[in-house]
Amino acid sequence: MPEGVLEIDRISKRYGEVVALRDMSFDVRAGELFGFVGSNGAGKTTAMRIALGVLAADSGEVRWNGRAVDLDTRRRIGYMPEERGLYPRMKVLDQLVYLAELHGMGTNEAHTSAENWIARLGLRDRRTDEVQRLSLGNQQRVQLAAALVHEPDVLVLDEPFSGLDPVAVDVMSQVLREKASAGVPVVFSSHQLDLVERLCDRVGIVSAGSMVATGTVDELRSSGEARLVVESPTTEWAATLGGVRVIEKNGTRCVLELADGVDDQAVLHAALSAGPVHEFSRQRPSLTELFRNVVTIEGRSA
Amino acid sequence: MTSARAVSLVAKREFVMKVRTRSFLIGTAVIIAVLAGYVVLQSVLFDDQQHSVVGLSGQATQLADPLRDKAKAFGIEVETRDVTTAGDAEQQVRDGSLDALVTGAPPELKMIVKGSGDEVLATALNDVLRQQVLTAKLAEAGINPQEVAQSLANARVAVTALEPVDPQRGQRLAIGLIVAALLYYSLLVYGTMVAQGVVEEKSSRVVEILLATVRPWQLLLGKVIGLGAVGLLQLLVISTVGLGLSSAFDVIDVGTLGGAALLTGVLWYLLGFFLYATVFAAAASLVSRQEELQSVLTPISMTIIVAFVAGINLMIGNPSGTTVTVLSMLPPFAPILMPGRMALGVAPAWQVLLAVVLALLAIAAITWLGGKVYANAVLRTGARVKLREALRL
Repeated sequence: MPEGVLEIDRISKRYGEVVALRDMSFDVRAGELFGFVGSNGAGKTTAMRIALGVLAADSGEVRWNGRAVDLDTRRRIGYMPEERGLYPRMKVLDQLVYLAELHGMGTNEAHTSAENWIARLGLRDRRTDEVQRLSLGNQQRVQLAAALVHEPDVLVLDEPFSGLDPVAVDVMSQVLREKASAGVPVVFSSHQLDLVERLCDRVGIVSAGSMVATGTVDELRSSGEARLVVESPTTEWAATLGGVRVIEKNGTRCVLELADGVDDQAVLHAALSAGPVHEFSRQRPSLTELFRNVVTIEGRSA
Repeated sequence: MTSARAVSLVAKREFVMKVRTRSFLIGTAVIIAVLAGYVVLQSVLFDDQQHSVVGLSGQATQLADPLRDKAKAFGIEVETRDVTTAGDAEQQVRDGSLDALVTGAPPELKMIVKGSGDEVLATALNDVLRQQVLTAKLAEAGINPQEVAQSLANARVAVTALEPVDPQRGQRLAIGLIVAALLYYSLLVYGTMVAQGVVEEKSSRVVEILLATVRPWQLLLGKVIGLGAVGLLQLLVISTVGLGLSSAFDVIDVGTLGGAALLTGVLWYLLGFFLYATVFAAAASLVSRQEELQSVLTPISMTIIVAFVAGINLMIGNPSGTTVTVLSMLPPFAPILMPGRMALGVAPAWQVLLAVVLALLAIAAITWLGGKVYANAVLRTGARVKLREALRL
């Protein structure tokens, strides 16, 4: 049972003048699903490729169980690259057996495992077909099987959900959950934030080559400035309070942004003294809003 | 997992995938068919030249035995047929089923041929006639013809050649050319195959998964060994069938020349393949799509083609000339020219040894350099990687 932690420790990478990663750090713990989000070009793929050793970092280190990752430990990682890749003219079963063997499995073990994942991912009818004859969705399933076939201790998946139909998304989610509960640290990147929000134990938001926020979805959502939704006939009272800004007004409903240290109970009192209050709630940003926030702030500062 | 296991897994995949393809099976079959056709044609032409059918009519029939013996001494095979009607026989000469018709009574014979007569046959016939006349005259004069014949046979010039002509020169040249042609074909085809394999992995991006678990040099070496083994298998199948056919049709003295040629062929195939395959692979790793492949492979293919075409011409002209001798020892040309010269029997041992040593040194250097280019370029997809960048990294 793998019990380790995958640590990405201050890795940096530049391509000529372009800085792809700047001191990026995060860790993924055993049994955890870690979602890796960020806009295109933020450095997610570069970070994953460095973790897999297909790219060398300029500085920093990737560690597994406290030891720098080398080829032998790397073999224990299941990897799904952003650019999907399989031998187009190789049969599904042969391909998976070959990849399992390359990752250090014996021939018999490789066969058993390949057949196992083929059945699991619903590819039994296509097991002797060449990969190029499969539909795109089925090719994706083979790609996932390729990442899982050697029963890895760590999973690193770049955009595993892109291009999947809803059924395949469910299968994929289930498999990832299962792997995580078996104690495997799983890190995957995705643009489907609702999916990340639902699935992940922790999320890291990347922008311009650095990790700008990490934490559980709840932690991330309760961070940042507090917002209140208040429904009352007037809003003039809000202007009289220090540290409160009306950022949205829609009929009798308004959204207030509170500066640090402003007591929401004081806001409620002020509202009640001005008239009846029909709704008073704390608004928590969705991951999408958080993400948009982070990215636009970074965009402005860059 | 050991490096050996990684390399052997890669090599096994390459071998099995390639040997199973239709193109390999068909390609091998076509080459064998062409070779068989050539051998059969050769043997037919060979037979035709050496074999004449002579019709003998009337008293000329008694010449059958001495004519056959005499012709054999001249190195041609004569089949004699007794013919009864001269008219029919003449028709047979006309339609080609008889090469010549001999009529009349010795010593005044007539020979009828279709176009130009076979001079050797005519000379043989003249000799036979003179012999008979001589024997008859000697018997008339009371001298024992046998004794005279004995004395005659003993009177001859003993020739000492300062530069003896190899009686097998023709065969050697043929073998040398065939060996050079087979190596040319194998290096070009299997080198290109390595290149296509590299680009296939690059364009399908599977290389990224592979390199997450094996090192670039293991992948490269496995690929070269696997495809090299396919080429070797094909070379052996073709040579074995070729030698078998040649021996069956008596075209080439298989025992001595053929066996030696096969051995040198295999040795130089291995040296040549390891020399060129890495270069092909490194060049291929610079591009990302099959369509771009031709442009990077052309300089390499051209080297092999020039070595073959120029080398063959020089070799036929004078296999011991300075240009051929020097070229045949230089690594890029040696794998094609040296086995040819070895088959011709004109390469001294020191030249062969020097060529092998130079080839091995070149392989070591090329493998190091090519492996570096490959490792640097193989993950860089998109635009063509400049050679200078791949070397600098």
